[in-house]
Amino acid sequence: MPVVQMHDLAHGQAHPHDHGHDHGGDHAHDRVHDHAHDGAHSHSHAAHDHGHDHGHRHAVAPGSEFLRIEQEILSENDRFAGVNRAWFAERAILALNIVSSPGAGKTSLLTETIRRLAGRLPVAVIEGDQETDNDARRIREAGAAAIQINTGRGCHLDAHSVGHAAEQLDPAPGSVLFIENVGNLVCPAAFDLGEACKVAILSTTEGVDKPIKYPDMFAASELLLLNKVDLLPHLDFDVAEALDYARRVNPAIEAIQVSARSGEGIDLWIDWLERRHRAIVQVRVDALDAEAAALRSCLGIDAPGKPLTVVAGR
Amino acid sequence: MHELTIAKSLIDLSCKHAREQGASRVTRLHIRLGSMSVVLRSLYSCFGPASRGTLCEGAMLEIDEVPLSVHCRRCNATKHPAGRFNFRCPDCGTPTPDVLTGREMQLIGIDLDYTRLDGATAAAPAVPGTARTAAV
Repeated sequence: MPVVQMHDLAHGQAHPHDHGHDHGGDHAHDRVHDHAHDGAHSHSHAAHDHGHDHGHRHAVAPGSEFLRIEQEILSENDRFAGVNRAWFAERAILALNIVSSPGAGKTSLLTETIRRLAGRLPVAVIEGDQETDNDARRIREAGAAAIQINTGRGCHLDAHSVGHAAEQLDPAPGSVLFIENVGNLVCPAAFDLGEACKVAILSTTEGVDKPIKYPDMFAASELLLLNKVDLLPHLDFDVAEALDYARRVNPAIEAIQVSARSGEGIDLWIDWLERRHRAIVQVRVDALDAEAAALRSCLGIDAPGKPLTVVAGR
Repeated sequence: MHELTIAKSLIDLSCKHAREQGASRVTRLHIRLGSMSVVLRSLYSCFGPASRGTLCEGAMLEIDEVPLSVHCRRCNATKHPAGRFNFRCPDCGTPTPDVLTGREMQLIGIDLDYTRLDGATAAAPAVPGTARTAAV
């Protein structure tokens, strides 16, 4: 399967702005300074605006008019995430957004997971990296369908590119879809991809205080996989301390200790996956049952107060 | 980092509304950021470059910061923990995952200029100086 470059995924609509073309210095300068200040403010330009008092209301400049909008800044991403979420729900696909720093062992853990799930659950993987399709190749070698998204300079996957990748990959209904995000503990936290939940991987070769250093990510995740626990005898890593830090930023976070290399704890992770997968499939089955019941009632079958004996009397 | 993506989303959103209103320029963007998003202070540094050549070029960025508040199940009350990511009740110490405010990342509104660069008025606002509400 081809590698998808992030910019290929745009719909090709013309963007009327943002080309980064160079303005003549005079022109740009005029534009920056021609809006009115009331004299008291010397800080009003974006690039110079550090650290002033927040919360005060600026007067609207003469000739300007305030337009109230009240919209999420990432509403475009959130809209695509909503579309993805509905797409996954319709197909009873458990989509998990796998996040960690580079080198925590996401891909190794996934290849081991794929081997364990072989013959039990269909698995597909969307791989996000800035460059190369090495990870997608490793996943395919382990036996799962995979598509690679190269984000180029981008430091995270977004819902739009994931939507296209999912369509291309077209996982079987009832699949587990792992979305392996770009190795980065900062940026992916802010971008909903339409996943059921985020799963953060922390490895024992990292600092125990990573959860409080990068709190957004651990606050946004439902499960923490502590990877490389086979190395614990050789390290000073204090597991209890690391988990305490994680719970400080997210008291509800679940944690499982695993080693992709030795296989330790993988059973618990597989149990967790199968539990979440069953719940997702059950929701879809219930919805389809309800839909079928509604349609049956249109036929006069099973409707309240009517007997089921449609062919009786022959 | 993703501040640039946030800045671009902010600029796209604002320019879209400005064009719909027939305005010639956005002079100010008023946004609301939860304290958990204050990493986005770096928005200031990428907003300038990201807005070049758009209707938002030269606009000023005004940020309202929303403090973290949580619901403490034990006290059954809204509490304001001291740290940015300290999800414990400041009074009884009980950890709580119930974040009420602090995750916001919203565009509150924009100031629009209807003056064309040649000095004429592009499209007269309905009532100058008053606030309108965008259809979202």
